Amino acid sequence: MSQAVEKRTRKQSYYDAWAGYLFTAPMVILTLVLTAIPIVLSGIVSFTDWNFIAGLNTIRFVGFDNYANLFRDDDFLHSMRNNFTLLAIVPVSMFISLVLAAIINKAAYFKSFFKVIYFMPFISSFVAVAILWRVLFHPSSGPINGFLMSIGIEHPPMWLADPSYSLISVMIIMLWANLGFDMIIYMAGLQNIPNDLYEAADIDGASSIRKFFSVTLPLLSPTTFFLLITGIVGSFRAFDLIMVLTGGGPAGSTDVMVFELYQNAFVNLKSGYASAIGIMLLFIILAITLIQWVGQKKWVNY
Amino acid sequence: MKTIRLDRVLITIVMGAVGILFVMPFLWMISASLKPELDVLAYPIQWIPKTWHAVENYKEVWAGEVTFSLYYWNTIVVTVLTTALSLLLSCMAAYGFAKVKFKGREVLFLLVLTTFMIPTQATLVPQFIIMRWMQLFDTHLSLILLGSSGVIGTFLLRQFFMGINNEVLESARIDGANHWTTFSRIATPLVAPGLATAMILRFVFTWNDYQNPLIFLRSDRLFTLQLGMKKFADFNGEFYSLIMAASVSAILPLLIIFIFGQKYVIEGVASGSVKG
Repeated sequence: MSQAVEKRTRKQSYYDAWAGYLFTAPMVILTLVLTAIPIVLSGIVSFTDWNFIAGLNTIRFVGFDNYANLFRDDDFLHSMRNNFTLLAIVPVSMFISLVLAAIINKAAYFKSFFKVIYFMPFISSFVAVAILWRVLFHPSSGPINGFLMSIGIEHPPMWLADPSYSLISVMIIMLWANLGFDMIIYMAGLQNIPNDLYEAADIDGASSIRKFFSVTLPLLSPTTFFLLITGIVGSFRAFDLIMVLTGGGPAGSTDVMVFELYQNAFVNLKSGYASAIGIMLLFIILAITLIQWVGQKKWVNY
Repeated sequence: MKTIRLDRVLITIVMGAVGILFVMPFLWMISASLKPELDVLAYPIQWIPKTWHAVENYKEVWAGEVTFSLYYWNTIVVTVLTTALSLLLSCMAAYGFAKVKFKGREVLFLLVLTTFMIPTQATLVPQFIIMRWMQLFDTHLSLILLGSSGVIGTFLLRQFFMGINNEVLESARIDGANHWTTFSRIATPLVAPGLATAMILRFVFTWNDYQNPLIFLRSDRLFTLQLGMKKFADFNGEFYSLIMAASVSAILPLLIIFIFGQKYVIEGVASGSVKG
């Protein structure tokens, strides 16, 4: 009897193993072929001097040359600096969206209406958004400068066309496009805070501001952590918007790392060099995530 | 019955004003798409067109020289197929990772999890080579496979499957249902909100993708909407009314989907990420 049960369990776990592999295989194979193997290949190619159009027999290994050259390449260093400047958007967006989310969640009617409004730029394609803002920011005939001139500013900035204003213009647009995502996640986080905590604070006679800093903010810390990581990773990946908006210009003022990567890979056909940029990017993102992962223990409450 | 409170009404009005300021660029876009070119950049802005030119503008976009309707159709094909394939694969994988016990499960899941950290641009060159090698370069299938290899859906749905009580599934198994029946008849219907979220996210991401079509497509007849929009904008240079009509056409389907699905998106994002 017990032997029969054991046999059945063994048969069951054998059957389970097969089912498990079959259920997960399609996804695992796809990620293997299209992400895991490519990133390993990228790592190998980053040690070569190669033009991928020319075929495998022209490949030449150059050791760490590509990486060494990266740190002598002014364009790349400049694009990296721009990437770090873009990071400033992340906390600003999180701050504004938290304030908006807290106000709307606590004290407004038509919450879904506000969610849709603020989320709209996020669901719109970056191509459409970029084209739209190119017109809005048009130096001589755009509505933004039209407005600025009508209120008495005689020489409004040229925005995207002026190298000293172009990066800040891109940042304004990115902020506008990302705000809705942060806000919706914060709203979800706010709705998960149990009401009795606020009631307890009320009994203790806490003011609204006090409640915000002692109840809301600490309980939202996992959300804040999540948004910080996705925001930073996302800002390093931003490609579509900048590509259509400025193409990295004028005079390289809005150049970012992924744009350098694209230029080297598909325009200059320097596959090895482009792969080195890709691997650098991966390491920067991993490093930032790791630092935050370690740091979160200090300020994230679960 | 809730009573209407004055302070809430006031805050709603103030926030409404902020919100309108926020969507002003979109209002400008819609308004520009409805009027003749000469009025588009007129200042002060004519929010409601003095002369209507909507029919002509949209006709020029949809039936003009740039084959916008073809690009639109291509995008619908790619987006629908990507979304369907991605949902099927991630739903199956999520069920496997959450509800089937097998050797190596944790390792495989970790592999899938780590690919999430890799910036898509870092893999472009090898992906390009692999696609050419598989003879898939310059096909819609390349975009569909790349889109389906995204792992967000797998995480999200795994979270949802983990929430299902094991007893529900085990009682089905005792009744003689195999894994496939349990998965398709019992488990999947229980994660419908998660499916809706994964579907909407994948749909929006694919519809708006510019980078992959830019790299993996060459033939004009295969172009998707986002490439077409860029081409349309370059082709029509200063004809902002037409460009805005094209932009409105590109955004509209997503807006409609989001308005109907926003409840699920928020629910899904909240349970998938915030609770951790």
